[in-house]
Amino acid sequence: MLISVNRLIVWLFTPILLLFGNVSVQALEEAVQRSTWNMPEGVTPISQEVYGLHMTMFWWCVGIGVVVFGVLFYSMIVHRKSNGAKASNFHDSLGLEITWTILPFVILIIMAIPATSSLVKLYDTSESDVDIVVTGYQWYWGYEYLDEDVKIISRLNTPQDQIRNEAPKGANYLMEVDEPLVIPINKKVRFLVTSNDVIHAWWVPALAVKRDAIPGYINESWAKIDTPGIYRGVCAELCGAQHGFMPIVVKAVEEEEYIAYLAERKELATKIKELANKTFSLEELMVQGEAVYGQACVACHGVNGEGGVGAAIAGSAIANGDIAAHIDIIVNGSKNNALMGAYRDTMSEVDIASVITFQRNSFGNKTGDVVQPIDILKYKQDN
Amino acid sequence: MAHGPAKGFTRWLYTTNHKDIGTMYLWFSFSMFLLGGVFALVVRAELFEPGLQIVEPAFFNQMTTMHGLIMVFGAVMPAFVGLANWMIPMMVGAPDMALPRMNNWSFWILPFAFAMMVSTLFMEGGGPNFGWTFYAPLSTTYAPPSVTYFIFAVHILGISSIMGAINIIATILNMRAPGMTMMKMPLFVWTWLITAYLLIAVMPVLAGVVTMMLMDIHFGTSFFDAAGGGDPVLFQHIFWFFGHPEVYIMILPAFGIVSAIIPTFARKPLFGYSSMVYATASIAFLSFIVWAHHMFTVGLPLAGELFFMYATMLIAVPTGVKVFNWVTTMFRGSMTFETPMLYSIAFVILFTIGGFSGLMLAIAPADFQYHDTYFVVAHFHYVLVPGAIFSIVAAVYYWLPKWCGNMYNETMGKVQFWMAFIGLNVTFFPMHFVGLAGMQRRVPDYNQFFADFNMISTVGAFLFGAAQLLFLYNVIATIRSGKKATAEVWENPEGLEWTVASPAPYHTFTTPPPIK
Repeated sequence: MLISVNRLIVWLFTPILLLFGNVSVQALEEAVQRSTWNMPEGVTPISQEVYGLHMTMFWWCVGIGVVVFGVLFYSMIVHRKSNGAKASNFHDSLGLEITWTILPFVILIIMAIPATSSLVKLYDTSESDVDIVVTGYQWYWGYEYLDEDVKIISRLNTPQDQIRNEAPKGANYLMEVDEPLVIPINKKVRFLVTSNDVIHAWWVPALAVKRDAIPGYINESWAKIDTPGIYRGVCAELCGAQHGFMPIVVKAVEEEEYIAYLAERKELATKIKELANKTFSLEELMVQGEAVYGQACVACHGVNGEGGVGAAIAGSAIANGDIAAHIDIIVNGSKNNALMGAYRDTMSEVDIASVITFQRNSFGNKTGDVVQPIDILKYKQDN
Repeated sequence: MAHGPAKGFTRWLYTTNHKDIGTMYLWFSFSMFLLGGVFALVVRAELFEPGLQIVEPAFFNQMTTMHGLIMVFGAVMPAFVGLANWMIPMMVGAPDMALPRMNNWSFWILPFAFAMMVSTLFMEGGGPNFGWTFYAPLSTTYAPPSVTYFIFAVHILGISSIMGAINIIATILNMRAPGMTMMKMPLFVWTWLITAYLLIAVMPVLAGVVTMMLMDIHFGTSFFDAAGGGDPVLFQHIFWFFGHPEVYIMILPAFGIVSAIIPTFARKPLFGYSSMVYATASIAFLSFIVWAHHMFTVGLPLAGELFFMYATMLIAVPTGVKVFNWVTTMFRGSMTFETPMLYSIAFVILFTIGGFSGLMLAIAPADFQYHDTYFVVAHFHYVLVPGAIFSIVAAVYYWLPKWCGNMYNETMGKVQFWMAFIGLNVTFFPMHFVGLAGMQRRVPDYNQFFADFNMISTVGAFLFGAAQLLFLYNVIATIRSGKKATAEVWENPEGLEWTVASPAPYHTFTTPPPIK
């Protein structure tokens, strides 16, 4: 039934689509299979229930619409002056009016019953197997596995040249991140959602999870995924200039793979900690710094450090002046501008050291300074 | 015969005449409508294709924000006040509004408020970029410096709206001609009376919330700052306690307009007049207890979630009554389809579609998927554009001959209607699909997955924009020339406004008309 409705929609829009360029009939056929016009059924019991509710509501609306619009169009066709229709003069009917007050009320009760039961299930976050703290930042996500001592930062990794239309866009354009959130299937995973700055919303349609990430609040939600796979979502609450550029990728895996992943992350964390004591060459720092800049800084400060939402780095007083001030603004954030947040907890010492070194020796800045991870570590301890 | 209007610019500056003030409100509203429309077209043009082409994300956010603010406060609300000014005294048989000097003032502060608000676009850091709902802390701690101008502009708009509302209530309650009992008043008067009470109830709440923002920004308070012990969710509760009645402020007068037009062109009295009045009052009452359905994802307790879901669903009952009444008014009538009627029928159909998506949105578990997606954008544009905008345009076509004495060009009116109708549906219908498929609101860029429907929407938006220019042309052409209209204009329309000459004399009903 649904497919035929979908076909109808494609039919209706085909002429307009074909008229305006780069869409072919094949693309439309593909679109049919990907369902670009309906809610996904998703991969959790809740998401499937929500999908069912959505479709039930949709068909109720269609049914009511057919009756109401049926009468309307019948009158418009039959009771028109040009057909010689003579107007009658009735303007009241108590029976009719009572009927169409009571009947909708009854229909609403029928609708409310399944909605209530779904909502109760959706709110039951008890007895979870895995707990993950989801933190919204301007403009990326942080995930912390509670009791596992594993923290990851997840940023958009679509290159700027794709966004600027200088390179062809990949299939997952704006829906891809450097570090996906890895969670096990068939386990009740609880998400504890909060924010570090403004309000964000963590939304993954395939899980039917959407929770606002609000500073000072911890909101709860949960998912039990039945199929391994990669599920993509977005930030759903306007959170500033880069709101459209902080996607979510959830990778649902078998339990063994999940355990292996956690072990690997812990090992990596130890390695990064050790690296904080290592001394790097200027070249090593520049290479790493450029990569970090491309992930964390470029959206606001520009491809060439020319600035944009953020201040210019090319020729800036901070990037060419006192090193401590430069370290401070990245570790602790700007005191004058809330948009420049603190990276103390969301970036490793190596990354901070290399991005500072990179900024001080790029975009025409020629300080020749080399900042080592150990400098950052010391700075963090003192400030 | 009383004296006529003064000459020159002072006529408009000093006027206390309800018709002059109504005219100024309407022209002001139309100019804001075009400005807000241009902002919308910037948004749609950027969304024509994936990738960033025309504007930067930061400016894009200013465009979506200003589009919303201008359309709500600058286009729709002043247009309804303009119609109220023109029509309510004539409909109740009054010589003018009850408080004519205040009437002048409530209009003339508006242009200054909007000049202040729009000027922020040229300021350092840009204009408001936090959405028309201006959620804290994005609109406080993280806002551009120009937010202070925005706050004071909102204050002035609020003062203007409250004064307008007081004036309308005073006029309706005190200035009716002898024999014009409450239950004989045209529905436009009734719906405006109820709207005016809503305005008086909620505009102070809006003023309160922006003042709290002002304190947070400049005076070190922490109403909405979690770091200082404040509560960002409190902002949303206060905002939507204003915001939900506000959306009904933008639709109730529309109900009144359509209830005047449909009987005229169906040549049959309005079905269920008294149930229309009671339904309007019920909707107004319910509007105060449903606000948190805008906040289903903020983490309300389960009991709160259920209460707001049930209360929201209840709104379908009185709204349904209204739709059934309009349809039944047309049933077994003798219908013709002049432009105001076309707009009114489109109103009934499209507003009902918007009501359907509203019912779907009321279902809290499903709202977790719909919330803050293009499905919501589609929903509220389906209720606001065919609801508020179409009804205002219908009202202009319907009463323009009474205002200026000339008949508009019917063919051009119909062409204009079909352009607007097609443009609207092509723009907003596909938004249901991209929203369901996962595209969130307020983003300047998106995955190719959503590209086709976005392209269609943009094409529709430009068609809809073109239709408004034709509307402007048709109105100006009608005022300048055109076939002379009779006093009745239409075939046996009901209402006192049709008993005076066309154009309506500068002063009407200096002696009260007899009411049958």
